[in-house]
Amino acid sequence: MGNLNKEQIEKLAAHLESAELEAHDVTKITDDYPEMTYEDAFDIQWEIRRRKEERGNRIVGMKMGLTSWAKMSQMGVEQPCYGFLADYFSVPEGGEIKRDELIHPKIEAELAFVTKAPLKGPGVHIGDVLRATDFVLPAVEVIDSRYRDFKFDLKSVIADNSSSSRFITGGRMADVADLDLKSLGVVMEVNGEVVEVGAGAAVLGHPAASVAMLANMLGERGEELPAGSFIMIGAITAAVQMNKGDSFCVRYQDLGTISGKFV
Amino acid sequence: MNKEDIIQCGDQLFDAMRERTTLRPFTERFADITIKDAYNISLRMIDRRVETGEKIIGKKIGVTSRAVQRMLDVHQPDFGYLTDQMAFNQGEEMPISERLIQPKAEGEIAFILKKDLMGPGVTNADVLAATDCVIPCFEVVDSRIENWQIRIQDTVADNASCGLFILGDKAVNPRKVDLATCGMVVEKNGSVISTGAGAAALGSPVNCVAWLANTLGEFGIPLKAGEVILSGSLVPLEPVKAGDHMSVNIGGIGSASVRFV
Repeated sequence: MGNLNKEQIEKLAAHLESAELEAHDVTKITDDYPEMTYEDAFDIQWEIRRRKEERGNRIVGMKMGLTSWAKMSQMGVEQPCYGFLADYFSVPEGGEIKRDELIHPKIEAELAFVTKAPLKGPGVHIGDVLRATDFVLPAVEVIDSRYRDFKFDLKSVIADNSSSSRFITGGRMADVADLDLKSLGVVMEVNGEVVEVGAGAAVLGHPAASVAMLANMLGERGEELPAGSFIMIGAITAAVQMNKGDSFCVRYQDLGTISGKFV
Repeated sequence: MNKEDIIQCGDQLFDAMRERTTLRPFTERFADITIKDAYNISLRMIDRRVETGEKIIGKKIGVTSRAVQRMLDVHQPDFGYLTDQMAFNQGEEMPISERLIQPKAEGEIAFILKKDLMGPGVTNADVLAATDCVIPCFEVVDSRIENWQIRIQDTVADNASCGLFILGDKAVNPRKVDLATCGMVVEKNGSVISTGAGAAALGSPVNCVAWLANTLGEFGIPLKAGEVILSGSLVPLEPVKAGDHMSVNIGGIGSASVRFV
């Protein structure tokens, strides 16, 4: 059940989307709307999505956020969340990310699933996800909360499209049958130095569990993941702050590398 | 430190290990203790163990992660000796309550050599060429120093805080796995508690073995064919107690599990 009316939802969506487009931070919205519910938070996110589509942007994928226990406790939230990826979030492999278009970007090493069959919750499990997966490939997400100092609660971050801002995908695609996704290792290097390491199990115990959770969360709104969906599973490593001039390279076990630069 | 002090410290460590008691840090008692003194103390301690019939079967490399190096304010790893009395096999219970004082478990990759490696000048290619196989491993480190209040000299003297270790029973050719990117998942009592990857240890476990071969080479000591080399933890240390069980799964290599009693 929502506690906010349509006008308030639209106002908050415009407020958060302007912060994203103009690259300035705002205070978390639950400060002014403590009565806001999770349904309201998702309504705001979906309104931001509608605004972008109306403007001619395409939605090119979905992402999960706050999928590691470490991250949930770091951010003081109790469960993961999802967001959408718009066309202009995509940065080519080896490309440049314009620091000034963002507020306080951080990068995270992730994996992406591309599906070949629809997934609709409730009741989607890892087996369903693996059967519906066409292939997996490496992905790096640039998160950029619109909230001051990355301080938020779960409702505020959901409304803010789960801090989505940019992403890069690349490296080598692989069939899920050829990988042990749980122990698949990643090594993140920034400016040539190893800064973070991790393995797939950091994401909800198994990367495919994240896609299953997304399908189940979308199912609650009557939505589904159609065949051909591109889904980023959430961070395998801690998020690392990036400044202008920083470059990064993330190495994936058996799946190659992704690199990029902040300019 | 003079020779008597070194012998006395080595003997104290040997007794502390056998009686499961702890010592005040050496760095508090001997302000001028050097890392070389510390290695000499560790040699005395290991000599005492060999005198009781223990057999040296390999070496371990410690202080390989940046987090631990920062904590100890050093920029290089250290090493200790492994004996047959420290080794356990997959499926056996590890008697930490009888044998150890303040144990912590870490997931590692063990190298089994098929050729001697003699530094200086050992490269990563030499290490790979001399490696018969790599095996998943839990090392359970322990400290004979009060509350793990160690500086680098304390842990070096204490045989690099070596305790016991357990090897999994899957041995993999190092040519089949990228040791820098292979992932590690550690589970304790049914929950994933940490993940890591090979690069957590000096950029690659292979670098660690090369470092050890080159460091020992300065003293004319080779790494020998057949030895077990524990290459350093890829995840944070986890305190353990009797009743806990843990498993480690390394991408492309396999898993090891252990029950503590």
